[in-house]
Amino acid sequence: MTAQPQTETPALEAFRREVRAWLEANCPPEMRQPVVDDSDVCWGGRNWKFKNEAQKVWLERMAERGWTVPEWPKEYGGGGLSKDEARILREEMAALNCRPPLTSFGISMLGPALLKYGSEAQKREHIPKIVRGEIRWCQGYSEPGAGSDLASLKTRAEDKGDHFLVNGSKIWTSYGDKADWIFCLVRTDFTAKKQEGISFLLFDMTTPGVSTRPIRLISGYSPFTQTFFDNVKVPKENLVGELNKGWTIAKYLLTHERNMIGGMGLGLRVGGTMTVGQLAVKNIGLANGRLAETALRTEIARFEMDAQAFALTMSRIQDEAKAGNETGAMSSMLKYYGTELNKRRAELMMSVSGTEGLKFSDTPSEGDLAPIWLRTRANSIEGGTSEIQLNIIAKNVLRLPSR
Amino acid sequence: MTLVLNEDQLMFRDAAKRFAAERAPISQLRELRDSHDPVGFKRDVWKEMAEMGWAGVLIPEEFGGFGFGFVGAGLIAEEIGRNLSATPFLSTAILGATALLKGGTSSHKETLLPQIASGEAIVALASDERTRHAPLSISATATSSAGKYTLNGRKLHVLDGHVADWLIVSARTSGDANARDGISLFLVNAKAPGVTITRMPIVDSRNAAYVELKDVSVSAEDLLGEVDKGATILEAVLDAGRAVLAAELLGVSSEAFERTLAYLREREQFGVKIGSFQALQHRAAHLFCEIELLRSVCLRALQALDAQEPSAARYVCLAKARASEVARIATNEAVQMHGGIGMTDEFDIGFFMKRARAAAETFGDAFYHTDRYAQMSGY
Ligand SMILES: Cc1cc2nc3c(=O)[nH]c(=O)nc-3n(C[C@H](O)[C@H](O)[C@H](O)COP(=O)(O)OP(=O)(O)OC[C@H]3O[C@@H](n4cnc5c(N)ncnc54)[C@H](O)[C@@H]3O)c2cc1C
Repeated sequence: MTAQPQTETPALEAFRREVRAWLEANCPPEMRQPVVDDSDVCWGGRNWKFKNEAQKVWLERMAERGWTVPEWPKEYGGGGLSKDEARILREEMAALNCRPPLTSFGISMLGPALLKYGSEAQKREHIPKIVRGEIRWCQGYSEPGAGSDLASLKTRAEDKGDHFLVNGSKIWTSYGDKADWIFCLVRTDFTAKKQEGISFLLFDMTTPGVSTRPIRLISGYSPFTQTFFDNVKVPKENLVGELNKGWTIAKYLLTHERNMIGGMGLGLRVGGTMTVGQLAVKNIGLANGRLAETALRTEIARFEMDAQAFALTMSRIQDEAKAGNETGAMSSMLKYYGTELNKRRAELMMSVSGTEGLKFSDTPSEGDLAPIWLRTRANSIEGGTSEIQLNIIAKNVLRLPSR
Repeated sequence: MTLVLNEDQLMFRDAAKRFAAERAPISQLRELRDSHDPVGFKRDVWKEMAEMGWAGVLIPEEFGGFGFGFVGAGLIAEEIGRNLSATPFLSTAILGATALLKGGTSSHKETLLPQIASGEAIVALASDERTRHAPLSISATATSSAGKYTLNGRKLHVLDGHVADWLIVSARTSGDANARDGISLFLVNAKAPGVTITRMPIVDSRNAAYVELKDVSVSAEDLLGEVDKGATILEAVLDAGRAVLAAELLGVSSEAFERTLAYLREREQFGVKIGSFQALQHRAAHLFCEIELLRSVCLRALQALDAQEPSAARYVCLAKARASEVARIATNEAVQMHGGIGMTDEFDIGFFMKRARAAAETFGDAFYHTDRYAQMSGY
């Protein structure tokens, strides 16, 4: 679906052969099966329970080469690959159906921000542990009173000489009860304009005064928490960037988060490996060479065409970035369009599955669609809602006036 | 191959942009319409376009062309779309040239291609017979006797038909109407006895015509490709046209959208710029995404045609469907967001909506290509 390169330099060709041979030798067969449920996704961290030995070995081998984060600098444990090499690695992993060895907010969110804004000491301390999946991070942005209007957040951090004293609470903290550390937005100036009094802190979730309460979702899962801070002492060296300049870092991190969530529109296979069209043919059948339900057929075709157009747009934006063209403004587009597509996919999967898709229990089993369908509803809320993405496009890309 | 333009292509695009805006702007189309111009475009401008390499964009250098391929043709088409340039580019440089390149004998190529590239010859595709695009539904007949074919039938929506020097005509040499086999293509002199061409004024003020064929005699040498096997060539010609039309519609959409954005930034109501209303902002932002996706699929389809990829037809189908639909929305939103002034003939925005409608209908609209895409996907 993506644009395949016609010619590759000899060096890249050699790299491709080497990668393929290495993956063939080192990726355990169990790690070449499609991901079916959450436990197949390795998040790492102090308390991670590997599903099996293969998951552990696969993570260790990939981390050893820095290939959990192929493009991060070698000096902090990353793979140090060029964009082309990283692409080749992705392509070869896809060709062998290799699962991602590690998925984490450290990789998709904190890492890029730390690499850009962190001190040398912070990078040396935290990046290698993200690379190896040793520390699992969670995101402390949203609060009960500060969602879309994130900059109005109230969690406070007071300067106490050698440490900050943090009080307040966060909400919707994904995996708050599983994470080892949190990256957290706090208010450090109470008089300045709301964006100008925010700082970016890192701290250990085992610090005294931190507690979490799980929140159950409509899908039945409870992957997130309300997170409380009661006189939590955070060492001064855990401030990222300058005091009161955290908003810039927060926004930079959000663009990475949005790219990740937007990209899920392609990767997340709702209901196994079949496309919606294939599942429809299986469940409904053809009449005169066309899907027997014509109204549904049209919707499926429209969806699959939009999904292909979106995939091509992701490739194009990557190519543009590689060619040095400005693409920063695109993350809101990818987030908005990708998540809306993912929701459409899940809706259609449900329709195509009929009553079979309605199965629901306290302990969802492999292949149950309803919980996945319900989970996808959050895609257009988490990481900034669709409406907020449209606001950002209108303001920052289209330069439409504000009131 | 990457989905970005290279240096040469960027330079070519910039030249096309300047030229279309200066020499073939919307005001020219308006003038042609208002004066009921018998040709429907400026012949001298078409000559200049030929000098710019437009007429020969698909034609290899050995036949006097420019050989810039489909990506190059798409860049031109996008500017044509932005400026609503009146030009026989699609009929002649794309459909005509592709038919001859795919099906012409070496003598056709040697004589006609240079005439196309130089802007001398106008060629038109006379194939559709149904009001809804159904390319294989052909009832026109060609009967063979003594080294000649005799053509009978009626064709519609023949772009630039009334000014064409040559027609590419599809006709049935065997098989039932709708059958893929049994279609043959012929090169027919537009002045040949028995050919009657009637101009049909259409909503976008561009050129279309009916072509009647009554016992038209065509030499066997003017058969394009193999007898009964013309569908393959016809499909290639149509896909060339569809991809280039998609690029033109990308230009139409982008221009209508940008004009609308400018209006949203400037027009005031309730004491504020109307662009500050979130109801309008969200629709504009959504449209922006749709146009970005259109840009990707157009480029991919044109690249696939240049590389003659087996999946080219699928990309073209995707591009033409999306282009037809996005241009429809973009131009309708443009009129709506301009309010009353958008409905006036004096204002240009309506021209974009008219062109979007006509170009969408040409060679299959979003409905047609959505159905085709589903079929190609096995459902
Ligand atoms: C599954 C999931 C995981 C999450 N994980 C995390 C996490 O790990 N860490 C974290 O910090 N947060 C997390 N979030 C929180 C998420 O970022 C917020 O829910 C989101 O930003 C919306 O904020 P809110 O819930 O307060 O909704 P509100 O801001 O109250 O929005 C309610 C509605 O109003 C609309 N709205 C609000 N403002 C505007 C406006 N200006 N223009 C138009 N419409 C507007 C919204 O689009 C929405 O439809 C998660 C959320 C979900 C669902």
